[in-house]
Amino acid sequence: MMYTASELMTVNAARLLRDGESVFVGVGLPNLACNLARRTHAPNLLMIYEAGVIGARPARLPLSIGDPTLVSGSTAVCSMYDIFTLYLQRGNVDVGFLGGAQIDQFGNINATVIGEYTHPKVRLPGSGGSMEIAAWANRCYIITPHQARRFPKRVDFRTSAGFLGGGAERTTKGIRGGGPQAVVTDLGLLEPNEMGELILSALHPEKTVEQACQNTGWELKVSGNLRVTDPPTEKELRILREELDPTGIYLKGGQ
Amino acid sequence: MTKLITLNKAVADFVKDGDTVYAAGFTHLIPYAAGHEIIRQKRKDLVLARATPDLIYDQMVAAGCARKVIFSYIGNPGVGSLRMIRSEIESGRLEIEEYSHFSMISRLQAGASGLPFIPMNQTAAEDLERVNPQYKRVKDPYTGKEVVVVPPLIPDVAIVHAQRADQHGNCQIWGILGEQKEAAFAANRVIITAEEIVDEEVIRSDPNRTLIPGFIVDAVCHVPYCAHPSYTQGYYDRDNSFYLQWDKISESPEQVKQYLKEWVYDLPDRQAYWQKLGLEMHEKLKVADRFSAPVNYGAY
Repeated sequence: MMYTASELMTVNAARLLRDGESVFVGVGLPNLACNLARRTHAPNLLMIYEAGVIGARPARLPLSIGDPTLVSGSTAVCSMYDIFTLYLQRGNVDVGFLGGAQIDQFGNINATVIGEYTHPKVRLPGSGGSMEIAAWANRCYIITPHQARRFPKRVDFRTSAGFLGGGAERTTKGIRGGGPQAVVTDLGLLEPNEMGELILSALHPEKTVEQACQNTGWELKVSGNLRVTDPPTEKELRILREELDPTGIYLKGGQ
Repeated sequence: MTKLITLNKAVADFVKDGDTVYAAGFTHLIPYAAGHEIIRQKRKDLVLARATPDLIYDQMVAAGCARKVIFSYIGNPGVGSLRMIRSEIESGRLEIEEYSHFSMISRLQAGASGLPFIPMNQTAAEDLERVNPQYKRVKDPYTGKEVVVVPPLIPDVAIVHAQRADQHGNCQIWGILGEQKEAAFAANRVIITAEEIVDEEVIRSDPNRTLIPGFIVDAVCHVPYCAHPSYTQGYYDRDNSFYLQWDKISESPEQVKQYLKEWVYDLPDRQAYWQKLGLEMHEKLKVADRFSAPVNYGAY
C-alpha cells in the first residue's frame, strides 16, 4: 500500500505507546498517533492534553491544543498550574511528545531561536510546555522529518533537555524523567545508546543507511541490531484516513 | 452595588498607558473584544503578558500598544508564527521576557497566592535561565538541593472572559480553565467580560462552578461573542479559518493596517463586529448542545 511520510511516522509513533499508559499529547501528528494507538493496541491509553484536559476522547480532529472537542466527554479538566504540577511535576505522566526546529546528537531540542538569543536570525515560538515535559515525563518521543538542518551536531539553544552533553550528565542533574527514548523520522528511528547519543536503530522499508547518514548533521552511528520496521497495515491506514484525519490536514504532508 | 458597565468604559477607567496587562485564556475564552477596545482607545507602552500571546497580542503589537511582551509560547497555535511580534523581536524594537509555560504560570500562581517567589524542580535545560535573569536558584532548606524560583507576576489589570457572571462579578467558567483564576487573583484590577449576565440566584445554584468571586472584580461587561476567533465552550466554536487567514494578512504590514481599520477602528464595539462577520459565519460557529447531568447540592 502507498502511504505518505506523515502516515509512516504517525503509525510508527503509535506503536511505541503501551496500553494503560498516560500520555501528554500535543496537536498534529502526536495527537493522531495517540488516537491511533487507542483504536488499535492500546484501548486504555489515557490522553492528557497540555491545556488541562484528562481522559480526552476527541470526536473530531483537534486543530489547536485547546480545541473544545477535547473537553466534551473527557473525564476531567483542570487549570494549567494543576496540569504542570499535579500531573507532570508529580510524575503522573508516562510519555510525552516533543517537537522543535533542531534536535542534536544527544536529543536536546531547540524550539527557541536560530542564531543568537539577543539578535536572532529566526525567532521560533519558544518552550511552551516542552521544557518540563522533556524533564519530567517518564520517557519522551519526537516525531520529525529526517533533514540535516533539523539534526545539527549541537543546537543553538537548549529549549528542552535530552542527554545534555552525553554520558551521565542528565542523570547527575537529578531530573526525574528518562529523557528522549526515540526520534521517529520518515527514514527510520533514532534511539539513544548508553552514552545518550542518538544512533540509527531502525529503518523503514526501502530506506537506506546512506539516506539517514546524509540527512543527519553529525556522524550517525548505526546500531548493531539495525531493525526494519513493519510497513503500515491496511487497518492502521484506514483508521488514520477514514476516522482520524479524513481531509488529510496533517497526513497529506511529505511523500 | 452593580459593577456592570460597558467594555468601552471599563477600558477607559481601568487600563492605563504603561500598564502590565494580562488578557487571560489558554486557547479558550481569549477576550478579543477587550484587546480591540484597547487598540481603539490607543493605549501605549503596555507590557502585554500572556502564556500564549496568540493573535490578540499580535494585533495589539501591530497597532503600537505595546513596549514589551512577557510570554512562554509565541506561535499562531496550530498554524505557525506570530509574524508581527516575531518581526518586532527580530528587529529589536520589542522588549521580551520569556518563560516556559510552567514558569510563566508559576509566576501568576505566586502573584495570586501572595508569595514572594515560587519554587519549581530543575529541568536541566538551562539556556532560558541564562538569558532571563528573573529565573534564580535557591537551596531547598530541607534537602540542600537547588530549586529554580521565579518571582510573582502582579499585572496592573487582568481581563478574563467567562460564560456567565452576575452584576457583582461572580464568574462561572467551564471548559479549559487555563490561567483565568490565577490571573484574576494576581492582578490589581480585574475586568470581566461575559457571554451572559445572569441573576445572582443562577450563580448561587451552582457555587462550585464559580472560579472568580465578585469581590475581587472591578468591572463586569456584557460582551456576547467576545472571544471570536477564539471560542467559548458551549456557546460557539473556534474559528480556525481566521487563524489561517491571519497568517496571510500578517504577511504585510499594509494588510494588517487595513484589517485593523476595517475590523477595529471603524467599528464601535463587539456587537458591530459580530454583525459584520455575517450570518454564514454565525451558522458555522454554532455548536450543538451537550448538557452535564445536574448535581444535587441539597436543601439544608
